[in-house]
Amino acid sequence: MGNFLKNLYRNFGLPRLIILGFFLLLCVMAVMLELNFSELMSSSLVRIAMNGVLVLAILPSIACGTGPNFGVSLGILCGLVGGLIAMELQLDAYTNFFMAIIFSMPFAIAVGLGYGFVMNKVKGSEMMFAMFIGWSAVSLMKIFWLLAPFKNPEMAWPIGRGVRVTISLVNRGVAQLLNNTWSFKIGDLTIPTGLIVFFLFCCLLVWLFMRSKTGVAMQAAGDNPRFATAAGINVDRQRIIGSVVSTMLGAIGIIVYAQSFGFYQLYEGPHFMPMIAVAAILIGGASIKKASIANVIVGVILFQGILVVAMPVFNVFTQDMASMAEISRVVIQNGIILYALTQIVSGGD
Amino acid sequence: MSKTAVKANTGNSSGKYKRAVVGFLTKHMVTIMFVILSALGLYLSGMNSTLYLSDIISRISRNSFLVLSLIIPVIAGMGLNFAMVLGAMAAQAVIIFVTDWGVGGFPGIMLCIVLVTPLAILLGYLTGKLLNKTKGQEMITGLILGFFAAGIYWFIFLQLVGGIIPMDNEVLLLSSGVGVRTTIDLTGGLRYGLDDVWRLSLPTVMVVMGAIYILIKMFTYIKSDRKGESKTSFIYGAVLSLAAIIAGILIMNSSSSMINNINVPAATWIAITGLCLFLHFFTKTKLGQDMRTVGQDRHVAAVSGIEVDKIRIIAIILSMVFASWGHIIFLQNMGAWSTYGSHEQIGFYATAAILIGGATVSRATIGQALLGVFLFHTLFIVAPAAGRELYGDAQIGEYFRVFVAYGVIGLTLAMHAWKTRLQSKQKLENLDK
Repeated sequence: MGNFLKNLYRNFGLPRLIILGFFLLLCVMAVMLELNFSELMSSSLVRIAMNGVLVLAILPSIACGTGPNFGVSLGILCGLVGGLIAMELQLDAYTNFFMAIIFSMPFAIAVGLGYGFVMNKVKGSEMMFAMFIGWSAVSLMKIFWLLAPFKNPEMAWPIGRGVRVTISLVNRGVAQLLNNTWSFKIGDLTIPTGLIVFFLFCCLLVWLFMRSKTGVAMQAAGDNPRFATAAGINVDRQRIIGSVVSTMLGAIGIIVYAQSFGFYQLYEGPHFMPMIAVAAILIGGASIKKASIANVIVGVILFQGILVVAMPVFNVFTQDMASMAEISRVVIQNGIILYALTQIVSGGD
Repeated sequence: MSKTAVKANTGNSSGKYKRAVVGFLTKHMVTIMFVILSALGLYLSGMNSTLYLSDIISRISRNSFLVLSLIIPVIAGMGLNFAMVLGAMAAQAVIIFVTDWGVGGFPGIMLCIVLVTPLAILLGYLTGKLLNKTKGQEMITGLILGFFAAGIYWFIFLQLVGGIIPMDNEVLLLSSGVGVRTTIDLTGGLRYGLDDVWRLSLPTVMVVMGAIYILIKMFTYIKSDRKGESKTSFIYGAVLSLAAIIAGILIMNSSSSMINNINVPAATWIAITGLCLFLHFFTKTKLGQDMRTVGQDRHVAAVSGIEVDKIRIIAIILSMVFASWGHIIFLQNMGAWSTYGSHEQIGFYATAAILIGGATVSRATIGQALLGVFLFHTLFIVAPAAGRELYGDAQIGEYFRVFVAYGVIGLTLAMHAWKTRLQSKQKLENLDK
């Protein structure tokens, strides 16, 4: 037993155990406070599945060796552009959702190619560079949103140019579209089947990709670049492929997120999203250099689970529960990233 | 440095001269770009020059100290110290309590400095320990550490103050009695605590600074061993100072000029000059030299008997203490500030400023820091007005300047990483030969 615990501690790391403990504590408290458990479960399921694809987007970048993609906001911005084009064409329901994804792909591929190309020039400082290129892209796009030539009155400001800060998807029938697809109830518990199926389908696709010839080469390049070069793999090319896949998944991720949320959030919206996604995959057990689909699923369940359960529990203890939930998110999210950073250098390098 | 490079190559073949010019342009690309951008913005905004002058002077006074605090970690090879926001948070915490106790003016500022210093030393020590565990990734660690610490800072001031930490102050606390308001106004308290100690008009300062600069240049010229080189530097300095003195006297005598009404907070400028002098002489001490060695090559430093980890911790502690003092100077000038966001903003803007001045991740000087503050804040002042003139929307200018701040950090990081890779590749190739 002692050995087992020691191994668990070593493999899992203290911060992850603390986070897991915190999650369990919150769950116990939720039960003790007699909060509506099935309601919490329902909203947890939605939150987990809607954030899932964004977290999945971090996986290829870790696998190909460019580190967790702090610049996934580039993909998110491409997704938003695709989404707005679908809105501009006044498409409805499924057409809108899937066309948004299709419209965003050319942007995502082009941006991913450029991003991967630059990533190869900045080896050793990828994370820092990704962070700032993401942020500067977000602020550059703010100027674009302000000047964007969209005409649809659902998006444009009533007077002047530009698009609104939040764009509602309710009138187009896209809001909660996937959530309601094939959804059913067990007692009070609602299962958003469509959303979960879509997330798992994306996971499956990535899983298959990782096992394809390209995927295996990509992981080899990320694992040990020198060895991969010796084996005849073009490491730089694999890193570009990883960046493109990551950016594409980021674009899909935000569209899935937005349909569940009911809004596209522009301007400041995508600013901190990459960090939330990166934190989730790290909580799930990934490191800066290694990650798997299991890390994605476990991580998103734990992190989003905490965020959902924390709100009503904190509500009992403090008047200011919104800020308390935000504080715990910030501390957990950045704490786990810091921990992962200390691991990378003592481990390898 | 670049000036001498250009000079050394003139007089030889024109090809060399051309290469030197191209070299100069690429080396100072960011700075040159900003000179052009700022000048263009200034022209487009159609701004009144007196208004601009008074704005830029107050911005230089409140930001320089913060930007200068970034230099020491760069020398120690730790890159840009994004963890300086911890020092800023310490300063904010102390200011909140000193405001609550009702100590204002210059005594209040001194009390803040006395209280914040031990706190900044402690935070610097802990940060240094952490950065020693993440060698090679100091900047991203510092950045994330800043966000992490912000979470704890929010927790203390939103949830604990007024509750577990007793405070009873209607002005500072939220109406619920727990948590500090999102903006704090220092008017009537610490505001201008340092600035108001001694104010001089701008022309007077120009004359005084010109005279001091000429004296320093003369002193270094007399002391110097290589007269030829320092003679040109002396002449440049003398011409510059004389121009400042003459302009100052001319403005003083024309009573109609509005520039006479522009005030310079002399006490703050003395503090900034003091830090500049400290940094200048610090690099010449044993500790400063050790730091430089560590910055150039950790392994060589370790082999020659320098305690690398200790030196790095000292570098971060110094930077943290200066950042906390700098943020006190910043806030006493600002007056009203955002309790939960001010620290983050100054972290990014200070870094962007020093990079715009021409600093890189591995090299930063006092001159670059000051030039950067001037250029960056010129853009800051003119961007909204230029945006309004160009697109009829000041918001665009505001978004643009934020884009520029992030973009310039990203760009310089990329260029530095790229250059380092090329250099290490060349080293490998040379070894092969």
